[in-house]
Amino acid sequence: MTLLRLAFKSLLSRRFTVVLTVFAIGLSVALFLGVEKLRTGARASFADTISNTDLIMGARSGSVQLLLYSVFRIGNATNNVSWESYKDLKARPEVEWAVPLSLGDSHRQFRVMGTTPAYFDRYQYRGGRSLAFADGARFDDLFDAVIGADVAQTLGYKLGDPIIVAHGLASFSEHDDLPFRISGILEKTGTPVDRTVLIGLDAIEAIHVDWQGGGRKSGPSTPAEVLRTMDLEPTAITAAMIGVKSRLQIFPLQRAINDYPEEPLLAILPGLALQELWEIVGVAETALTGVSAMVVATALLGMAAMILSGLNERRREMAILRSVGAGPTTIAALLVTEAMAMAAAGAVLGAAMLYGGLLLIRPWLDAAYGLSLPLSGLSARDLTVLAIVVASAALVSIIPAIRAYRMSLADGMMIKI
Amino acid sequence: MSSNRPVEGPNALDMLGTRFLWPGGRFGLSVDAFSVASSERVFLHGPSGSGKSTLLSLISGIVAPVAGEIRLQDHALTGQRPAVRDRLRAEQTGVIFQMFNLVPYLTPLDNILLPLRFAPDRRKRCLDAKQAALDLTRALDLPDAAVLSSPASALSVGQQQRVAVARAMIGHPPLIIADEPTSALDMDARAAFMDLLFKQTDTSGAALLMVSHDLSLSDRFDRAIALNDIAQPLHGNAA
Repeated sequence: MTLLRLAFKSLLSRRFTVVLTVFAIGLSVALFLGVEKLRTGARASFADTISNTDLIMGARSGSVQLLLYSVFRIGNATNNVSWESYKDLKARPEVEWAVPLSLGDSHRQFRVMGTTPAYFDRYQYRGGRSLAFADGARFDDLFDAVIGADVAQTLGYKLGDPIIVAHGLASFSEHDDLPFRISGILEKTGTPVDRTVLIGLDAIEAIHVDWQGGGRKSGPSTPAEVLRTMDLEPTAITAAMIGVKSRLQIFPLQRAINDYPEEPLLAILPGLALQELWEIVGVAETALTGVSAMVVATALLGMAAMILSGLNERRREMAILRSVGAGPTTIAALLVTEAMAMAAAGAVLGAAMLYGGLLLIRPWLDAAYGLSLPLSGLSARDLTVLAIVVASAALVSIIPAIRAYRMSLADGMMIKI
Repeated sequence: MSSNRPVEGPNALDMLGTRFLWPGGRFGLSVDAFSVASSERVFLHGPSGSGKSTLLSLISGIVAPVAGEIRLQDHALTGQRPAVRDRLRAEQTGVIFQMFNLVPYLTPLDNILLPLRFAPDRRKRCLDAKQAALDLTRALDLPDAAVLSSPASALSVGQQQRVAVARAMIGHPPLIIADEPTSALDMDARAAFMDLLFKQTDTSGAALLMVSHDLSLSDRFDRAIALNDIAQPLHGNAA
C-alpha cells in the first residue's frame, strides 16, 4: 500500500471535516484566482477599448481623467474645448483625421454622445476592429440615433423606435419636444460604445437651441423642421480623437496642443494614460491580491490546525503503523501527504468554482460594467498559484508533522488511547 | 513444558547485557541474558510497571539500549540507525496488541498487507500477497466478504484479533510478539484464539513471545518466565 493510498483512505475516514477544509481552501483559491482574473480581465478590457487613435485632446485637466470621460464615459469633463480651437488644431499639417466628441446628455442610464459620422470609420477597438452594424445604418437625418448593443438589449429597442434624450446626466428635464429615431444598432463590442447612444454633433446643438444655462428658455420651442434648416455648428466640444499622418509626429503634436496659446488644452496618448491609470489603481490591486492571499493562508492554517487537533485521536493509528515498521519520518510524511492531497483537492475545487462563478457572473459583469471576462483556460500564472498553494500546504503541515514525529517517537508501539 | 517442535537455525531473539534508560533516567531495564529459540513459545509475565513495555520496545527496536546487544535471528539490532531498526522490526517481527489492533479506516485485507509496505523481503516471501492474506484469514475462520470489503472497525473484537494474527503472520516473520492479546476476549474466545495462534505459529515455524497477566495460559507454552527473572529495573543513574 502506497503512502498516498494510505493518506487517501485516512482522509476518507474523516470525510466530514476534510470536505469542510477542502471547501474552505477551494473558496479561498477561487477568490484568489478570481481577483487575478478580474484584474487581468479589466486591464485587457480597458486596453482593448481604443485602438489606432494616436491622441485624445480635451480641456486641460488630468490625463487619466480625460481618458476616463472621453473613452470610458466615466466621470465628467471639467471644461470644454472651443470649436474654434478644434478646427484650428484639426487643420494642422500633422493631423490626418480628427473626430469631435460631445458628452453631457443621457438617455435612461446610458450616456448620449454627439459626434460626426467619421466616428464610425475612425473608432477602432480590440487591436483594429471597426464598429459594425447589427441592424440599420449610421445617422442620416439630424434626429437619427445609433445605439450600442447593450442599450438595445437592455431597453428592448429596435430600429425606428423613438428615443428621448434627457438634458444632463441625472436630470428630470428631457428634450421631449425633439425625439430621435433609432437608425442603427451596433454589434456588441465589449467596450463602452455598447452602452452609448450616438447622435450627430449638430443634433447636440439642435436640442440645445432653446436651452440656456441648463434650463429651457421660455416661449415656444423651435420646431424640428426649422432646426433642420439652421446652421448648427457647435460652439464647443468635450474632447476629440486625433490620428496623425506619421507616428513620428505624435509627440510634437502633443506638445503643440499642450502649449496651445488660445486656451488651456491637454493631449494624451491613450496607451500611456492607461499605464498611468494602472499605476494609480496598482496599489488597490496589490492590496486586493494581498487580502486574497491572506485568505488562502488562513484556509491553509485552518487545515494545519485541523490536522494538529486530530493528532491525539490518531495516536493509536500511529502506534499500529509503528508496530508494522513505519518510522516516525513515515508518520510525518503521511500527514504532509494528507495536507498536500487536501490542498490539491482544494485547488481543483477552487478552479472549478472560479469557472462556475465566471459562467454565472459574466453576463452581469458585462451588462453592469461592460467588463467582458474571457473564459480562457488557466494561465501559467494561475497554475503556478495552484502549485504554490499545494507547496504551502506541505509547508504549513510541517508543524503537525513535527508534532506527530515527536509523538510517535515517544509513544513507539504503546497505544495511548 | 518442553517443546516437541524441532529447533532449527539461529535464535529468533537474543539479548545480552542489555541496558536501557528512558530519557530523564528515571526508569530503565537491565537484561543480562535472554533468548527465544526458533519456533519456541515463551510466556512472559510480570506485574504492572515491571518493564514489560520497555522490554518489548527494546526487542522491536523502537528504542535503542545504551549498552549490550540485541539480535533478531542473525541481525544485530543494536548499533543501527533508527530507520534500519524500523526495517528490521518490519522484516523480523509480527506484533499483536491486546485490542484496537487495526487501522480502523482500512479494510481487514489492507491491514493484513500493511507490514509488507515496510518489509520488502516479507513481501517477496509471499509471492502473491493478497492470496497469502486470504489463505491466512480462511485458516483463521474469517469470511472473505468481511476481509475484503468492510472496514476493520466493523468487525467484532474477536474477529479483529484474528485479523491482527494474520497481519503478524503474513510473510512468515521469525518472531511473533503478542502483548496481552487475549485480555479483551472471554474465556471461550480466549481458548479458541490461543488455538489459532499456536496453529499459525506452528505452521509458519515462528517463535512466539507472549506477554500476559493471565497465568492460566502459561501451561501451553514451552517456557513461562517472570520478567523479574530475566530483567532488573534500573533507577536513577544505574545505567
